[in-house]
Amino acid sequence: MTETPLAAPLNVGFDYTRSTGPVLGRFVNALRERRIEGIRGSDGRVHVPPVEHDPGTAEQLSEFVPVAEEGTVVSWSWCPEPLDGQPLSRPFAWALVRLDGADTAMLHAVDAGAPENIHSGQRVRVKWADDTVGHIRDIAYFLPVDAEDTTPTESAPPVAEREEGAPVSVIITPVHLRYQHSASPEESRYLRGLAEGKLIGQRCPACEKVYIPPRGACPTDGVPTTDEVELPDTGIVTTFCIVNVPFLGQRIKPPYVAAYILLDGADIAFLHLVLGCDAQDVKMGMRVRAAWKPREEWWTSLENISHFEPTGEPDAAYETFAHHL
Amino acid sequence: MPDVAIAGFAKAPNVRETAGTTNGVEMLVPIFAEVFEKTGLSKQDIGFWCSGSSDYLAGRAFSFIAAVDAIGAFPPIHESHVEMDAAWALYEAWLKIKMGEVETALVYGFGKSSAGQLRRVLALQLDPYVVTPLWPDSVSIAGIQARMGLEAGLWSEKDLAEVAARGTDKDVSELLDTPYFADPLRRHDIAPITDGAAVVILSTVDRARDIVDRPAVITGIEHRVDSPVLGARDLTRSPSTEIAAAALDLDGADLAELHAPFTHQELILRTALKLGDDVKINPSGGALAANPMFSAGLARIGEAAARIHSGESRKAVAHATSGPVLQQNLVTVLEAR
Ligand SMILES: [Zn+2]
Repeated sequence: MTETPLAAPLNVGFDYTRSTGPVLGRFVNALRERRIEGIRGSDGRVHVPPVEHDPGTAEQLSEFVPVAEEGTVVSWSWCPEPLDGQPLSRPFAWALVRLDGADTAMLHAVDAGAPENIHSGQRVRVKWADDTVGHIRDIAYFLPVDAEDTTPTESAPPVAEREEGAPVSVIITPVHLRYQHSASPEESRYLRGLAEGKLIGQRCPACEKVYIPPRGACPTDGVPTTDEVELPDTGIVTTFCIVNVPFLGQRIKPPYVAAYILLDGADIAFLHLVLGCDAQDVKMGMRVRAAWKPREEWWTSLENISHFEPTGEPDAAYETFAHHL
Repeated sequence: MPDVAIAGFAKAPNVRETAGTTNGVEMLVPIFAEVFEKTGLSKQDIGFWCSGSSDYLAGRAFSFIAAVDAIGAFPPIHESHVEMDAAWALYEAWLKIKMGEVETALVYGFGKSSAGQLRRVLALQLDPYVVTPLWPDSVSIAGIQARMGLEAGLWSEKDLAEVAARGTDKDVSELLDTPYFADPLRRHDIAPITDGAAVVILSTVDRARDIVDRPAVITGIEHRVDSPVLGARDLTRSPSTEIAAAALDLDGADLAELHAPFTHQELILRTALKLGDDVKINPSGGALAANPMFSAGLARIGEAAARIHSGESRKAVAHATSGPVLQQNLVTVLEAR
C-alpha cells in the first residue's frame, strides 16, 4: 500500500444558465445598448448593479435610474497574475467603482497597466466590449478617464444565445474548473489491477465483507478496507433495467440492459452492461461472465470489460442474493 | 430545553496538500477514531451527524456522500449536511439537542483545498449574475477590503504585520520588507491553502459531565449575514458580527478564537466583538496558521472548547465565517460551568 495513489487532471465545465427576471433583465438589456441603469432603494439611494429588494426594508424595488458610464474608484487591489476567465489577461486592478449617479459601487476590472497608475478617488470610464450581448461582460473593463483607448478588447467567453434583436431573458455563465483528482490507495490498487486484467476487491477487517471497487472506508464500520481479494470475472445479475430511451452521448443502440453485477465472492454489486442476448431474456439471478476488450486496449479502467454476457449456467436462486438488493 | 456542551474535539494534521482522495474521506477516519477514543463514545452513542463541506472544492456533485462512509453509516443513521463551514453544521446539531430530539451529536467539516485553484473556486460563492462571471478571486476581494481600512486610517500595514508576526518567528520589520503578493496584501496577510478536517462532539450538559471533567457549555450562539452586494457594504466593519455579539454576553471572556483568513479581518473582528487587550487571541494560531476550508470555522469552536476542557480558559469566544470577506458570521460563547 505504499504505492502513490493514482491522480489525474479533472476538468469540469457547464454553462450556468439563468433567467434574469424584471430587474436584472432590464439591467443587462440596457448594457447591450451600452447604457447603465441602477435602481432606487427605499431610502432614495441608487444601487448599481440594481438589486431586486431593498437591503434595508426588503421592499421590492422598481424605479430604474440611468447612471453615467464614468465613476470613481472607491478601493482597489492589484492583480499581478490574472486567472482564467478574468476580464483581462494582462496585470490589472480589481476595483469597486461608484458610477456618477449611483450610491453603491460595482466590482470590476480597471486596465491601469501598473499599480502606480491607480488610486482610490481616481476617475474611470467604461470600456465597452466590441460586441455587446446583454451580460455583465458587456463592460469589458474600466479605463482611467484620461487614458488612451487603443487596445482592442479581449473576447469574453460566450455568454448568451438568443435570436437577433430578441430581449435578453436568460444569461449564460460558462463555469470551467480544473482539479487534480486523486483516487484513494484502495481504489488505486483496484484500477492498477484492471490494467493487468485482474479484478481486485478488498475485505473490511471488521465485518469481512468484500467490496469491489474497494472503499476508502467500509460504510458499516467506518474503517478502510485492507486485505486484497482477487475476484473471478463471473457473477450474477442482481437487478437490471432495459434502456429504451436515447440520450446525449449514448454509445449503444437501445434497447440494451444496464445491470447490477455481483461477482462471485463479492458483497457489493457494480453497474455494467449485459449484452450477448436479447434484452428480454435477461433475468434476476442470471449467471454472467466478463467480455474483456483486446489486451492492447487495457488501461486503469473498468472499461477494459466491454460488457458481461450470459454463461448459460442455471440461474442463482433468489434467496442467495436477496440481501444484496 | 437542555443546555448543550462541547465534549470532544479532534482535527486532522493541517497540511498544504494531502495525497488522499479529492473528497478527503481519509482525513476523517483517523479523527473520528481519535475523538471516540478521547470521549469513550462509539458510533452507536451518536444521535445525530452533521457535516460541512463544498462540492466546488471536490469538483463533483454530492461529494459529501462518499465521506459519509467514514462514519460507518450502516445501519442507517440520522444525518445532515450544510454546503458551508461546518460551524453552521454545529448550529444545526445544537438545535437538534435543544429541541430534545437527541442527546449527542457529532459534527465534522472537511475539504481538500489543494485539488483545485482555491481562490478561483471561491468566485462561485459570489453573485452569479453580475460578479461570478468576472471571476474575481478571494485574495483580490480581500485586498479591496484591506485597502479601505488602510486608507481610512483604521489600520496600517504595520498593524497587519503584527497580527501575522504572532504566528511566525519573523519580526514585523522583516515581514514589511517582503514584496506585495496582491497590493496591498503580502503573503503573510493571507491564510495558507490547507487540506484538513475537524470533528466536534456535542451533547447535553448532563451527558457531557460523564465524558469530560470540564465541559465547554455553550452559553450563547448567534449568527447573522451581511448583504451579498460587496459594493453596498462598509467593508471595514462587520455589522453581522456586531449584531451577533450584541445578542450575547461576552463579558469576562479570557480567550477568543477568531476565523480570520486575512490579517485585517482579525482586526475587524476584534473591533466588532469589542474584545479587550486582556483577551488572548487565537492561541491555536487561527486561520493564518491553517485554513482548512469548511472546517476552519468549526475548528475555532473546537479549539476554544479544548482550552476550556484543559482549564486554560474559563470563558471563551469562538467565531466562524463563511462566504466572501466576512459575509456570514457565527459567534459562540463557551463557559466552564
Ligand atoms: Zn465493514
